[in-house]
Amino acid sequence: MKYALLIYAAEKDWAAKSKEEQGRVYNEYMAYSVELKKSGRMASCEPLDPASTATTIRVRNGKTVPTDGPFADTKEQLGGIYVVEVKDLNEAMAWASKIPDARTGSIEIRPLMNVPEI
Amino acid sequence: MTQAARALDQIFRAESGPVLATLIRILGDFQLAEDALQDAFMAALESWSRDGLPASPGAWLTTTARRKAVDRLRHLRIVEAKSSELALSIRLDQEAHGPQGELEISPVPDDQLRLIFTCCHPALSREAQVALTLRTLGGLSIAEIARAFLVGEATIAQRVARAKQKIARARIPYEIPDRESLAPRLDAVLSVLYLVFNEGYLATSHRQLVRGDLVADALRLARGLSALLPEEPEPMGLLALMLLHDSRREARVSDRGDLVLLEDQDRTKWKRAQIEEGVRLVEEALRMRRPGPYQVQGAIAAVHAEARTAADTDWRQIAVLYDQLLRYDRTPVIELNRAVAVSFAVSPAEAFKLLEGIGRTGALERYAPFHLARADLFRRLGRSDEARKCYRRALPFAQNERVRRFIEQRLRDPLADLLPASGLTPSRGLLVTFRTRRA
Repeated sequence: MKYALLIYAAEKDWAAKSKEEQGRVYNEYMAYSVELKKSGRMASCEPLDPASTATTIRVRNGKTVPTDGPFADTKEQLGGIYVVEVKDLNEAMAWASKIPDARTGSIEIRPLMNVPEI
Repeated sequence: MTQAARALDQIFRAESGPVLATLIRILGDFQLAEDALQDAFMAALESWSRDGLPASPGAWLTTTARRKAVDRLRHLRIVEAKSSELALSIRLDQEAHGPQGELEISPVPDDQLRLIFTCCHPALSREAQVALTLRTLGGLSIAEIARAFLVGEATIAQRVARAKQKIARARIPYEIPDRESLAPRLDAVLSVLYLVFNEGYLATSHRQLVRGDLVADALRLARGLSALLPEEPEPMGLLALMLLHDSRREARVSDRGDLVLLEDQDRTKWKRAQIEEGVRLVEEALRMRRPGPYQVQGAIAAVHAEARTAADTDWRQIAVLYDQLLRYDRTPVIELNRAVAVSFAVSPAEAFKLLEGIGRTGALERYAPFHLARADLFRRLGRSDEARKCYRRALPFAQNERVRRFIEQRLRDPLADLLPASGLTPSRGLLVTFRTRRA
């Protein structure tokens, strides 16, 4: 069963960190990713560029309307996604709680819908 | 309801949790299990009134429900079966028969544990946990749950449906947690059962003080859990706590329907047998030497229950137990309770110091018992103007009709009459709804 672990964290908290702190968190992410990969549970790992680089698209009345910025202005932004392939929600929760940003931000766990036709 | 129908209803209610628990494991699907169980109940109504009760109603219902599930899947097979349902249907067909014909299946106790841990899974909201637990393990109908919680039926139905959908789609496992995660998971289960109990016992913002049905349901579930986990002291502590609180039910409300405070209660109305059982359970739990918050709360209730008169209460012991409780759960409500115990064990002045500390945080500003506790201390010190002021401040936050009436009564009475005759003798007049709320 596949789950997306969506990492939400405040980008401005990240920006406020010193170079050393940023380096430490970066290393934690590397260690986590290696551990996840070695366990054979990682389906994919997709870190995202900051929300300031986002473009949001809406098609209204056949017209494509792009807007600068993320879909919603929130305190925490989507910063990256892991897709894990695990037994059940308990295992997904265990992996999610090990993500470094779980300590200050939030990890949303979403089951991936199984659509055999795609 | 006729006598026979009532008897059947009782059997259904008692069997429904265990049977459903086993069906969910076999079928791997909450909804299918519930539908199949309903089919089995219908079949039982007809068959049992014709042929009499089977030797084991639980096994009869489980076996019949499984057969009904196969029927439902067969029907689906023709209409719009998905591959997973086909596979299930074939597997059930193969398993159902031994050399002697259809195999009888009995409910398995471990399945009830699987069910309760699934219903109280931390990925479900507390409201969903409560509704689902009462529906599946408690065997309550949607209408009964809605009535008990004063919520619309549609809301409860939706809550239960959403929870079941989440269990299926997010794949919340149907299993007993392993040793290392048992403690926090068990804690969630105990919170749900205690919430059901308190909802019935305290009946917040409701005219009726005690809603007996929920109390009985909570007791039944706690008893079941305690039997399923005999090695765990906390479920036993919770059961004891419930029994001890509930033993005072008759004495808590006067003939006129008013709330009677603990120290004013007619202790001959307390249910002795229930107190004895509660005290015995607390002791048995504490002997396992793994104390926890429910055991400590049970112990506090036991100290109160064992005092033949209010004046006999061992407040020193109670203050010590609240100290211990604070170590598990440092909440302002528990600090308040401890301050009350200290007011009797040591002195009102000592308690005032503690209350001032709690008051500075502002956390209990909207909590009636906080103001009532201060009112009572002032009253015991003979400072009636300040006492009145505190009663008035409590009034808007009293959520229960009877607590409100109690405060109004206190405000109407000339306070001089309420003052202890001998000056500062500590007694009378406190302990309103001391629910030691857990975060």
